[in-house]
Amino acid sequence: MLLATLITPLVGALALLLVSRDAKKALQISAFAVSLVAFAFGLATFISFDYTNPALQMITNQRWIPSLDAGFRVGVDGMSVLFFFLTTLTMPIAILLGSTTIKEQEKEFYSLMLLLEFGILGIFAATDTFLFYVFFELILIPMYFLIGVWGGAGRIHAALKFFIYTMFGSMIMLVGLIWLGLYAQETTGHFTTNIALLREIAPTIPFDTQKWIFAAFMLAFCIKVPLFPVHTWLPEVQSESPVVGTVVVGAVLFKIGIYGLIRFGLEFFPAASFEYAKVMCTLGAIAVVYGAMAAIVQTDIRRIASFALVSSLGTMVMGVFSMTAEGIQGAIIQTFNHGLSVTGLFLCLGMMTDRRGSTSLEDFGGAAKVMPVFAVFFAISLFSLVGLPGLNGFIGEYLLLLGTFRSPFLNSWAFAIVGATTGMFVAIYMLRLYQKTCLGEHSSPDAASLSDISAREIAMLLPVTILIVWIGIYPSTFMRVSEESTRALVGKLELAKFGKTSYAASVNKLRQAEAEQATARSEAHKAAGH
Amino acid sequence: MMLDVYYTLPIALSSFFGISAMVLGALLPRNRSNFVLPYSVGGLGIVFLWAALLWGRNGTAFNGMVLTGMFPSFFDMLFSAAGILVMLAARPYLQRMNWEFDEFYVLVQFAVSGMILMAHANHLLIVFIGIEVMSISFYVLAAYMRNQILSVESGFKYFLLGAFSTGFLLYGMALIYGATGSMEYTSIRAAVSYGSKMPMLLLAGTGLIIVGLCFKVAAFPFHVWAPDVYQGAPTVVSAFMSTGGKAAAFAAFIQLGSAIIPNGGPDGAKMTMLLACISAASMLVGNISACSQRNVKRMLAYSSVAQAGYMLMGIISGSGRGTSGLMFYLAAYMFTQIGAFVLASTLENEYGKNLEFADYGGLAKRHPLLAGVMALFMFTLVGLPPFAVFFGKYYLFTAAIEAGFTWLAIIGAIASVISAYFYLGLIVAMYFRPYEGADTPSVAQPGMSGVTLTIAVLGIILLGFLPNLVMRLTGSGM
Repeated sequence: MLLATLITPLVGALALLLVSRDAKKALQISAFAVSLVAFAFGLATFISFDYTNPALQMITNQRWIPSLDAGFRVGVDGMSVLFFFLTTLTMPIAILLGSTTIKEQEKEFYSLMLLLEFGILGIFAATDTFLFYVFFELILIPMYFLIGVWGGAGRIHAALKFFIYTMFGSMIMLVGLIWLGLYAQETTGHFTTNIALLREIAPTIPFDTQKWIFAAFMLAFCIKVPLFPVHTWLPEVQSESPVVGTVVVGAVLFKIGIYGLIRFGLEFFPAASFEYAKVMCTLGAIAVVYGAMAAIVQTDIRRIASFALVSSLGTMVMGVFSMTAEGIQGAIIQTFNHGLSVTGLFLCLGMMTDRRGSTSLEDFGGAAKVMPVFAVFFAISLFSLVGLPGLNGFIGEYLLLLGTFRSPFLNSWAFAIVGATTGMFVAIYMLRLYQKTCLGEHSSPDAASLSDISAREIAMLLPVTILIVWIGIYPSTFMRVSEESTRALVGKLELAKFGKTSYAASVNKLRQAEAEQATARSEAHKAAGH
Repeated sequence: MMLDVYYTLPIALSSFFGISAMVLGALLPRNRSNFVLPYSVGGLGIVFLWAALLWGRNGTAFNGMVLTGMFPSFFDMLFSAAGILVMLAARPYLQRMNWEFDEFYVLVQFAVSGMILMAHANHLLIVFIGIEVMSISFYVLAAYMRNQILSVESGFKYFLLGAFSTGFLLYGMALIYGATGSMEYTSIRAAVSYGSKMPMLLLAGTGLIIVGLCFKVAAFPFHVWAPDVYQGAPTVVSAFMSTGGKAAAFAAFIQLGSAIIPNGGPDGAKMTMLLACISAASMLVGNISACSQRNVKRMLAYSSVAQAGYMLMGIISGSGRGTSGLMFYLAAYMFTQIGAFVLASTLENEYGKNLEFADYGGLAKRHPLLAGVMALFMFTLVGLPPFAVFFGKYYLFTAAIEAGFTWLAIIGAIASVISAYFYLGLIVAMYFRPYEGADTPSVAQPGMSGVTLTIAVLGIILLGFLPNLVMRLTGSGM
């Protein structure tokens, strides 16, 4: 299932190259169909995933480059399967959005979108650092073209900035990855890129060295998140890319950063994480306030949304580095939520800007009068970002703050208090956004004659809205999937730091499952040898 | 003795085909190139196959003067492949310039035979003869378009500086002979590693040889010739010089370096540090200078300086991993760089024209396939996975970090980021900007250079996805 999900977009991307450039309809439909097939496989993966088991599942392990012990190793645990699933869910919507907004070079566009999906899915599924890195860099190419070819006036600069920023982080991380492999060679006798082995070995790195490797990884993922102070590429990319690009960045791409912080930050380098949790949380807290302040003074809708993202990513980073089950669960579910809300929001904004041809707040106003259906969907997306109880944002925000507040690692209320201000700020700029666009008088005569959204547009918004309400009312459909894995991780961290944990059961389950996998592996190895 | 001949046949074969092609070309009356080109390509093909046949028979021949086996075979294959790719691409290019003579193909073969000699050398004289055969062919090839002032200038510059560096090399060899009493690598290696402190004579000799070799691989600060020479020489010749020539110089560097640079000890550490500084400076200077170039050939020339810096990591690490990483890198780089230069040569409609970044404007709309292939070459040169060069970089970084040069790997990483700026600059021109000139430049039919480009693309992808294919040949894929 996992493999099928992963490979479908790649096959689709290559197959699309064979379709004639002029068959625009066929291109649209087949790209959408491919992404739906990937979603169906993703759903099957999600359903067949055994969430009572905290260990990696659906493992594939193929030899690839023996001299590095690099392999085609994929598998998911409770955390990655959620990230994985949401990606397959968002991409069909993004592609559908592209079909209304992208008017030239469609063939390349759809191919690149599917390639992008392949890369992102690969990042979440890879359990080998070499493979992970390949996917991590692979997504740069489609993103670069997406911004550069279909973006706005400043697209060339934005594309370059994105590329160089991310590549800087990932090259430094590459040095860290290689260093880890060599450390494994020193301790176990052979170089490896197997994450299952590395995460046993990496925590034993002496702290003086560990902090540097930790820093290398953090740099890469904080750029990807993006966390203050390396967030400066985001507003530019967000406002210069086409709407589809904005959705992809705002709904999917930042998840990679959060995922990386959990997988590589906490799992690989616990000692450094304990030491620098406060630093990371402080950066998160600065991001919360700074992002919100910046969002309040922006006049361009996309810039508002991107600074809102910076702000709320701050709380997620705080949640991750609270190293509590609530905080991490909150961060995971919040990436999920934020992705949904942002998708909804940008879908709405895209429809709005399509009609008005502008993204400046000055040009909007009074849309609720002429576009009542639109106004409802728009309001739901906005309120889910604000964190209204009953919608998805609330539960995530609540868990994040709870985790930050209770964290035995941070041991301070201050972070939770700063984090809580996000709710207040977000209300200010989001409600202002709603006011300026939907309420009040029309800014110009044209605005009075706007048509309400079409059935196709409703079809795009509906699934997003359903999920927003669903998570708000019954979050455990998703939360329980990552629960065991999160507990096992936090349990391990607490054992390392305090020597005791309340999640001992999960940790034992994880150890047992991993031991079983190891024996199964060695038996398979023996069977192959005989 | 017969066995020696058999094991070293690639050397003899490549010279034989070169000379016979020249003689046959002189005897044939008309349309000589129609015969000489296939003959030369076939000849190098035979050399390639023969080298593949000899792979794995490690040893020496002719009283230890000539190396045989895995290492030289790998390079024989690399050089003959480079020669074939360049000759195929040269035909349409030279025909377009109205300057196709069969001497071109003969000279390429002579250069290949010089390179092969360098890779086989286990003796200072052999390596020197190899370097001279290769370099003299290159001087002539660079000035091949003698009706073009740029080409003549390029050949002249290359000749002057090259002759100067040969002087360094030769003087270094003489000093080493004086210090160790031998010209054979094996004896030199023994002499160097026995004495804990190197005598002044040996140290000076080693230093001079390093200078000479750094000139040949175009490493900082001996790189100043590269931009002018690569820009002025016929584009297909630049493709050949910057890949085959560099690979040959590195083949000599690997063997000679392992002989003259002591493994460990204070002098060894000092010399490795010196090389590490050269490597770091090459990466940074090459990439930073390339950022301001607006001419594609010049940009590729500066970037090849930086690439030499990455490759030096393999020598610095002094380990088997470093050597096989370097060999892989050279193969990956050969496909990519030949591809990029040949593509530029396809677009070059008049000598030295249509090579600016601005001329590539809107290429994606005019020639989507060519633009796509060029973009692939550029992404590969940046070092993005899953393309060939990435894997080489990964391996070289691993070797460098293993040898304790983590700082060098970090500088390499940063230099790669810098290089993204100008490699992507070309993609920006092709994809994101329209053509701004008056009338769009005509693009010739690629002809046989299409074959070269196809092979280059396949090579990049194959080496990227299945690096083990080549790692095995370098002796480290097991």
